[in-house]
Parts: sequence; C-alpha cells; structure tokens
Amino acid sequence: MSQDRAVWGCRGLGVRYGGAVALEDVTLEVPAGSVAAVVGGDGAGKTTLLRALAGAVRPAAGVVLRPDERRVGYVSAGPGVWADLTVDENLSFAGRAYGLPADALERRVTALLERTGLAAARDRLAGRLSGGMRQKLALAMAVLHEPDLLILDEPTTGVDPVSRAELWRLLASAAAGGAAVVVGTTYLDEAERAATVLVLDRGRALLAGTPDEVLAATPGVVVEGPAKPEGVASWPRGARWRAWSPDGPAPPGTSPVAPDLEDAVIVAQLRQALRRAA
Amino acid sequence: MSAGGSPLASAQGATKRFGDLLAVEQVDLTVAPGEVVGLIGANGAGKTTLIRMLLGLLLPTAGRIRLFGEPPSRRTRARLGYVPQSLGLYEDLTVAENLAFSAAAFGSPAAGLEGELAEQRDALVRDLPLGLRRRAAFAIALSHHPDLLVLDEPTSGVDPLQRARLWETIRAAATDGAGVLVTTHHLSEAEHCDRLVVLANGRVAAAGTLAEVVGDTTAAEIRTPSWEAAFTALDAAGLPVSLVGRTLRVPGADPDAVRRVLADAGVPAQVATVAASFEETFVVLAAA
Repeated sequence: MSQDRAVWGCRGLGVRYGGAVALEDVTLEVPAGSVAAVVGGDGAGKTTLLRALAGAVRPAAGVVLRPDERRVGYVSAGPGVWADLTVDENLSFAGRAYGLPADALERRVTALLERTGLAAARDRLAGRLSGGMRQKLALAMAVLHEPDLLILDEPTTGVDPVSRAELWRLLASAAAGGAAVVVGTTYLDEAERAATVLVLDRGRALLAGTPDEVLAATPGVVVEGPAKPEGVASWPRGARWRAWSPDGPAPPGTSPVAPDLEDAVIVAQLRQALRRAA
Repeated sequence: MSAGGSPLASAQGATKRFGDLLAVEQVDLTVAPGEVVGLIGANGAGKTTLIRMLLGLLLPTAGRIRLFGEPPSRRTRARLGYVPQSLGLYEDLTVAENLAFSAAAFGSPAAGLEGELAEQRDALVRDLPLGLRRRAAFAIALSHHPDLLVLDEPTSGVDPLQRARLWETIRAAATDGAGVLVTTHHLSEAEHCDRLVVLANGRVAAAGTLAEVVGDTTAAEIRTPSWEAAFTALDAAGLPVSLVGRTLRVPGADPDAVRRVLADAGVPAQVATVAASFEETFVVLAAA
C-alpha cells in the first residue's frame, strides 16, 4: 500500500444523546482503497458511529476525519430508497442531489444498472423490488458520484447469500477504485472479509485490528469438547461445546482449537462482563 | 444428534404450485426428536412456503406432510413452538403479559422467567433491546414444552455472546428431546445445525451435515501484490470474485481460467484451489 493514501475515520470519538453516552473514545482508521467492518449487535453503537462518520451526528469529543460531504456516499439501515419512485427515478434523483451533470449522470446510471443487474428492472417501483435488489439500488445510489468515503449501515441484513455476495462484490469494487469503505454488520463471517475490523460493545471498542490481529490477541486458550465443561465459561458450537480457559490448562475432555472471530468476540465480551462484575 | 424413532415432522415429495409458479417441488425433509435441522435457501427458494405447509397453513398441491404422524391440524399446533423472524410478540404488552397470554392460549402454566428477562418482566416488549425481545419470544415458544420448535433466523441482529446464549437454549431443548427446524441463510446459524437441507428454486439442492453439503466444492484463491487490478480484471471477466482481506476468491471457478484472465490483464498472482466456505458453496449451488 502506498504511503500517500488518504485515511478517513475518527479518533477518540465520543457521542452523547441527551445525557446518555452513545460512543466513548472510539478510533477507526480506514485508508482509501480498503474495506473496514464495524461489528456489533443491536444497541452497540454501530449506527451512531456510521452516522458520525457521515457527518450526521455531532461529536461530543474527538475528531471525525472525512472528505468534503459531497465526496461521501452513505447507505442507511433500512430501505434507503424512495419506494414510490422507479429504479431509474431513484438514481436520477440521487444523481441530481449530488449535482452530477446530465451526461455524466446518464453514463453512471447505465453502467451501474448493468453492474447491479437492475437494468431489466429500471422501470419498476423501488417499493416492489426484493430486499436484495433494493439494497443494490441503495448502494448504486450511494456510489453514483464515485465517493472517496462510502459508508453502509447493515447493507446485507435480510439479504440472501446470493445477493449478499453481489453486494460485497460491489463494495469491493468501490474499494478497488480507491474508495475507503466502512460497512456495519452484525455478522462476523462477513467481517472476516474486511481488511480491518472494529467490534463495538455498549458504545466502546471491544476489539480492533485486522482479523488476524484480533485472533492473535485472544488471551488464554479456546478449547472444544463434546460436553459442556464445568467451571469455565462455555458456549455451544453445533452439538459440541467451546470454552475459554484464561490461564489454566484445557479442562478435562476438551482440546484446544484455533478460535475464529466469533469465539474472539465472545471471549472479549466474557472478559468485559467479568471486569464489570469485579 | 439424529435420534432413532419416527420423525416429528416430515415432508415427502412435497410440492406447492401457485398458478404457473412451482414454489416447492418434490421436497423431502424430516426432523427427528433431539436434532437441529437447518433449512437453508435464498429468498424465493421456497423456504417460507415449505414452513407454511409444515405448520398446516397451506395445503400441498402434491406430496405428503406429516406432523407427529398425522396431517397438520389444530391438535398438532399445540405441540409446536414457532418463533417467526418478526418474533410474534405483542409490543404494547409487558413480557409477563405476553407470557400469560400465550400460556392461556395453549392452556399451559405460564413459564418462569430467568435472569435479565425476569428483571424486565414488567417492561413493555417494545422498550426492550432486541436480544431480550428474542429471549422473550423463545421463552414463550418453549413455555408449553413443544415437541417441535420452528425458528426463523433465530439469532439475527444480536451480538455473539447473546447469539451463543440463544443457541444454548435451542440446544438444551433438543437435548431434552425436542426436534428443531431452523430456517436461515447465515453460516453462523447453519454451523449450529446437525443437518442442513439446502433449497434452491424450490428443490433440494443439497442435504447432509455442513461438511457433507460443502463436499468437494472448491474456490480459486488468488494472492497478488495488487488485489485492486486483479479484482477489476476478474470482475470484468464476469467471474463471481470476492475480496477477503487482501486475498481474492472465486467460488466454483477453474483455476486455469482465473490464471488466464489475470495473465491477459498482466496481473502477477498465485492461484490455488482451496475448499469452498459454506457461503460460497451456497452461491455455487444456487447458480447451478
């Protein structure tokens, strides 16, 4: 990676809603031409972070590093398209909002309709598209002006694997074209595709780094066995059980396994809960 | 694990036609006591139609559906616990009221609440975070000790620890002898299932354990100093390329075809054949 690439994101970001802390001391760096995943469950602070990166939420602390707002593309969670407009109308409307000249807009619309497989549906009302097609339309609208920073909030929720693969291909193609891409998701198998991962829990960074760094930083040993082991924190994986042994040897009847991101986050959440209890 | 004995639910050659549309075609599926079966399919693959037939909400056009050895009916409904993706809770009632209401409907005693859910028993469901709403829906579905649980994307939207706790509940129900049918299209849920049935275009495209379903499906894995150029070339060639970190993968692709595209584009790369992931296998199956 070259040294002169722009880096977008935030440093020490804090956001409050009324008195409540929504985000506390969150740092995320997304170099141009890469994909970062922001992972967390309901209420972890994903949407707040993505909205702050898009400039829609004012930080109470820290700084947001983002390009001029006309160089940002943002896809919110939920529909993100105008249901009563056709596919074509949605794209033209978004294109004019970005101030694209008519000929450039037409070129981009044609290319993106082709790219997203929406060409045959261009005259359909967006409200009548399937979930996957609607998300592809929302993404096409967000990349019309070839933004430097592309932000997507749970673009694949409720989307089936075939459309999910297509959506990831589209956002990887934005990154290949030089955009910094930030994707919010609740799924860790999806986060494994990103160059860097930021896991949020209750508004704070729980884990951050490349997927390999996050795995390498998992303390202690993750073990697996056929039954729920006694005396250690455990969680099921299919019909078998995994457990975390912070410092001791593997509990009887278990053997160490290489943790995946799902295990790494569970371990981090368990440690957090222990610290809160202490 | 798959237990012996007669299945709790079965579909044999189940077929459903809506006008010209063949939504489900010749589908076989069984759920035995003690096992967790995953029904996997893209949107429009026929999952919902099949579930509706199993629940007795739709009659099959052809084939046979059995619940507890008989055609689905009100009587079989009483032995079934169902959690839809929308959870099916009354949002303006409290957790305890939802539980009492369901218990009255099934004529069963209201189940006890545990942990955080017990602390929130008097909270309106709509005010609860998603993880607790899911746990409330599970508690209600399990309160009449159903023999068969049908769960639609049971852990969607929650964090890994909450997901693990929900799966602990599901697995405990199976260990106690219930059969569980989970519909999902996420790997993180599929890997908790003892067996998978993959639907594509209304038909069973694959069935078996996760390892059996993936079988010998492969992906071409591409390592290159310039993933951007490689990605652009493979994408332009119409290959279903995906980015994983800085590595590229093309499920189901012939590695020589990948090498040719990259050589023509002048992109240096090493191409290897690796086992496909479940998600990649799914995409290959759905495209077949």
